[in-house]
Amino acid sequence: MKRMIATIAIGLAASLSATAASAQATLNNVKQKGFLTCGSNTGLAGFGVPDAQGNWTGLDVDLCRAIAAAIFNDPTKVRFIPLSAKDRFTALQSGEVDVLVRNTTWTMSRDTQLGLDFTGVNYYDGQGFMVRKKLGVSSAKELNGASVCTQQGTTTELNLADYFRANNMKYEVVAFVGADETFDAYNAGRCDAFTTDASGLYATRLKAASPEEHIVLPEIISKEPLGPSVRHGDNQWGDIVRWTHYAMLNAEELGVTKANVDQMTKNDNPEIKRLLGSEGKFGEAIGLTNDWALRIVKHVGNYAEIFEKNVGSGSQLKIQRGQNALWTKGGLQYAPPVR
Amino acid sequence: MNAATETLRFVRAQEVDAAPPPNLVRGPLAWIRENLFSGPVNTILTLIALYLIYILFPPIIRFLFIDAVWTGSNRDACRPDTAGHAVGACWAYIWSKLNYFIYGSYPAAERWRVNLFFLLLAVGVAWMLWLDAPKRAWGAVYFFAVFPILAFVLLTGSDWLRLSHVPTSLWGGILVTIVVSTVGIVFALPLGIVLALGRRSKLPIIRIFSVIFIEFVRGVPLITVLFMANTMLPLFLPEGVTVDRLLRPLVGVAIFASAYMAEVVRGGLQAIPKGQYEGAMSLGLNYWQMNVFIVLPQALKIVIPGIVNTFIGLFKDTTLVAIVGIFDLIRTIEASRVDPNWSAPTINATGYAFAAMFYFVFCWGMSRYSIAVERRLAAGQHR
Repeated sequence: MKRMIATIAIGLAASLSATAASAQATLNNVKQKGFLTCGSNTGLAGFGVPDAQGNWTGLDVDLCRAIAAAIFNDPTKVRFIPLSAKDRFTALQSGEVDVLVRNTTWTMSRDTQLGLDFTGVNYYDGQGFMVRKKLGVSSAKELNGASVCTQQGTTTELNLADYFRANNMKYEVVAFVGADETFDAYNAGRCDAFTTDASGLYATRLKAASPEEHIVLPEIISKEPLGPSVRHGDNQWGDIVRWTHYAMLNAEELGVTKANVDQMTKNDNPEIKRLLGSEGKFGEAIGLTNDWALRIVKHVGNYAEIFEKNVGSGSQLKIQRGQNALWTKGGLQYAPPVR
Repeated sequence: MNAATETLRFVRAQEVDAAPPPNLVRGPLAWIRENLFSGPVNTILTLIALYLIYILFPPIIRFLFIDAVWTGSNRDACRPDTAGHAVGACWAYIWSKLNYFIYGSYPAAERWRVNLFFLLLAVGVAWMLWLDAPKRAWGAVYFFAVFPILAFVLLTGSDWLRLSHVPTSLWGGILVTIVVSTVGIVFALPLGIVLALGRRSKLPIIRIFSVIFIEFVRGVPLITVLFMANTMLPLFLPEGVTVDRLLRPLVGVAIFASAYMAEVVRGGLQAIPKGQYEGAMSLGLNYWQMNVFIVLPQALKIVIPGIVNTFIGLFKDTTLVAIVGIFDLIRTIEASRVDPNWSAPTINATGYAFAAMFYFVFCWGMSRYSIAVERRLAAGQHR
């Protein structure tokens, strides 16, 4: 039933996208309203979690705040609409939210058939494995014959089958309906390994009685590029969201941080000058002010800062940069230059 | 001689106290014998029940109280490896997130408005429920007319009163649970009565409309109504036109509850003997006078258990709004239990235990109140 509704909704969304495409005015709308409406997660460790006072924190949340900072010079002028996985695309389609930043995997069908555009990847995720340390396994390739706990009916299960077949290994799948039950079963010793998206592995590991007894294996067996999306057709708005992420990456690459951004405006490096708006009119070209990137870094920080604060060493999750390191450091995060 | 005539005689001046009945027919032992071990079947059932209590209760008590962690500032307090002992419920987590569970993301500086709303609601409820309260008629006016307007202005804000505007997307937790169920209850009873009368009306259009409305709403699960409201409705509206996300399930819940209420009230109406209607008509009362003064007071009295049952069901059904992304109490617990700063093995169980206690206290209170009212109203006609 739920699936049927979702299918109908997505079909309708696709058919309505033609009308939505004509609107080129998201930026004007946002400016007129005085705040950005951001479709967010209803609760995902590291990406969108309410703190004790109910303020949202997380990697996705900070991207929303960065967009608000670029437009309004005020990262608090954003309203979060927490969306379930089913509502998220219709909420974007119907104009209920201006941008969807809700750990959504960028796939071809979503990009081409739902009337929305992905503007980048703010987190490269992928399916990984967690095992007990005492199993003595250091690579997923050594999991031949293992029993693996996974969630039923998800792409996780399919990826698992593909991986083991491709590597000519035997395995036994122990599937459960809910994510919590799956982990409880692994924790109770029902299976040797537990598999889900890597970011989820780190978050669930914290729930174990003694997290140090478990390790996350280095192999990533699927591609889950998570990124923000906007309505198809409003290219200017898409540019703003895309370049907000790029500005944070460029800032990291150039060593511009929240703390030093004001001194950096006096720096002679032409790349920094262009990024922070003292040279050229790059901000005006996308409908913002020229100090747009300065505002982002000043209020929210560069990519490294929000990564470490929310999911990295500054958080309980302690996720390594890995694929999310800058291209200069062997990762996949690469931003085109501002020029 | 004197001594001889003075035979010892004894006439008892006072009555002898009755000897106490044997221990086996009186006192706790007898009570136990009579109520718990009166026959082989009862004895076996009692033993099974005692065994179940023995199995179930100690672990629950141990989890909720003995092993529970009461203070702490982050996950280290609630993890067995860092705390150094077995850990049951992590009340420190509830305590740390309590503001979020009560107010959701309602701005901290404006939370006095929510507190005032709770106070106004409590005054209204007490005024309505306390049968000996002064000026109860005014209580009804307050609860059904004044209070909703006050609550709306207070919670959403108004420029005129210089209360800043708080969008419903920031509301959450117990506030939302109470708002959804109050709106459901306030609308369900009047609408339900009107629909029940409509269904028994002699005017065909009114009757058919009521029947279709009631049967349609009762034929659809609440969850479908909520999905329609939150996932489908935005697609049918022109772009840019949006109905508030909280208002949509509010309307759905109110419509839903009123259809069920209509059937409960109709049951009461059917139980009123025909003579009551005929008597009222012979006094020259018109339709409304007959219903308001003669029929409804009797009918509603009969169906108090049914009405309260519907309210209790409605109160618990409000948790379904969590599925469409409304942050009621359950949703706030779900959102905060993933917080990495509070990740510990028992956090999930603690969160749900807290929710269970909250719902139990409210539902049990409603049910006790309804029993008390029934007793009082039925005092004159014990059968």
